[in-house]
Amino acid sequence: MSGTRHALVAMRAIVIREALRFVHQRERFIAALVRPLVWLLVFAAGFRAALGLSISPPYQTYITYETYIVPGLCGMILLFNGMQSSLSLVYDREMGSMRLLLTAPLSRAWLLFSKLLGSTIISILQVYTFLLVAWLFDITLPGWGYLAALPALLLAGLMLGALGLALSSFIKQLENFAGVMNFVIFPMFFLSSALYPLWKMAESSELLHDICAVNPFTHSVELIRFALYVEMNAMALVWTALATAVFMALAVWGYDPARGMMTRKG
Amino acid sequence: MSLSVKQLGFSYGAKTALEDVSFTVGRGQFAALLGPNGAGKSTLFSLLTRLFVTQGGSITIAGHDLRTAPLAAMADLGVVFQQLTLDLDLTVRQNLRYFAALHGLARRDADWRIDAALDRLGMAERAGEKARGLNGGHRRRTEIARALLHDPKVLLLDEPTVGLDATTRAGLTRHIHDLCSDTGVTVLWATHLTDEVGDGDQVILLHRGRVLADGLCGALRGDSPLPAYFAQMTGAEA
Repeated sequence: MSGTRHALVAMRAIVIREALRFVHQRERFIAALVRPLVWLLVFAAGFRAALGLSISPPYQTYITYETYIVPGLCGMILLFNGMQSSLSLVYDREMGSMRLLLTAPLSRAWLLFSKLLGSTIISILQVYTFLLVAWLFDITLPGWGYLAALPALLLAGLMLGALGLALSSFIKQLENFAGVMNFVIFPMFFLSSALYPLWKMAESSELLHDICAVNPFTHSVELIRFALYVEMNAMALVWTALATAVFMALAVWGYDPARGMMTRKG
Repeated sequence: MSLSVKQLGFSYGAKTALEDVSFTVGRGQFAALLGPNGAGKSTLFSLLTRLFVTQGGSITIAGHDLRTAPLAAMADLGVVFQQLTLDLDLTVRQNLRYFAALHGLARRDADWRIDAALDRLGMAERAGEKARGLNGGHRRRTEIARALLHDPKVLLLDEPTVGLDATTRAGLTRHIHDLCSDTGVTVLWATHLTDEVGDGDQVILLHRGRVLADGLCGALRGDSPLPAYFAQMTGAEA
């Protein structure tokens, strides 16, 4: 079997395994769906009155707060799933199945990328389920937007998954994972344009605004937001792509047999 | 030689785990890597499976240097880790198919090999069962069947009998011995249990990161039983 064919057969198997694992964890699917829906249906309802949103791209008209946060909640699903898969990687490593994967006669970067792709595809399925539920609640988007968002979701998912992968190579034990929640997920989510536009943030604090503006999560949310309205945000694309490359490089470095976690753990 | 280790050294920071470890294991030979806990067996296995990279010395698997041709070397290597590495929610067959794909085996070829491997280990009728439902011995057999799917030239087993009862342990040990003579696969079997080693087996005695002795078990132990020889060798160094 040729090298390329081997690589693709292995990638397909890794993706299928991720999917099978997901099917076996129905609670995870429900949790992943309930979280953004609570935000959308409860939180947003309360804040609608408090927050007025002026017209800013890609919106051509006044929008409700629910409509505003839909892309951010798509990002939230990808973010939480990225971290969830990093948690499962730490678990895999403790359980040994990561060892099995890493002894396959393929390059580590490819194996890790395949794993990343698998978990991203699962995340995207959840995003579309969420969008469907949102649609049932009358929060609709341009028809083509659902399709145009796919590449944006893929890139954003890869970026956040790569971040999870990189983190997993540096987290020593499962117990340390709570720290990741506090120091990565929450700041990333709240210091972004997911819940409020950046100009609104600037009104209260320039510093916070600047932090939001460099947060790669902000850019992935904006990428998704524009794509959902069939528009392209080039700056968000560049930022997200750049962050994906950096996180992926970090992950490959972290899992390099000569360095990183594996050796330090002993 | 199927497996050759030359002047291998490894340390975790200031702590030396392996020092000047050299040995070779010929084709079809069953070699027991015998050593008390903490002797460096696990570190050696991590180096052999490329989870760590050698800091000094070299490892050659079926003629492929692990440093310069890692993928070719890994393709000829079968591994049974000390920890269980089955996906418990998947069936035995699904677990094996996943592994076969990692090694690039096409589906039809893989299925044929899976049937043969499971049959050889007396696991054929369990192919459709979830790994979670298997007992410890059957889980191990599944892992051994899996490690043999791609016809490796060298099979590494890291304390594969840990946690198994005496009968299952004896059965597995016998099976792997048979495998060596039937298929010509080279086996490196790490253990601290002397009853798993026969007189015709090669023994590599590892203690405190060094090779204390290397030779056929019968010749090494002479007239004393292996446990006594083992205690004497490792005790003398203590």
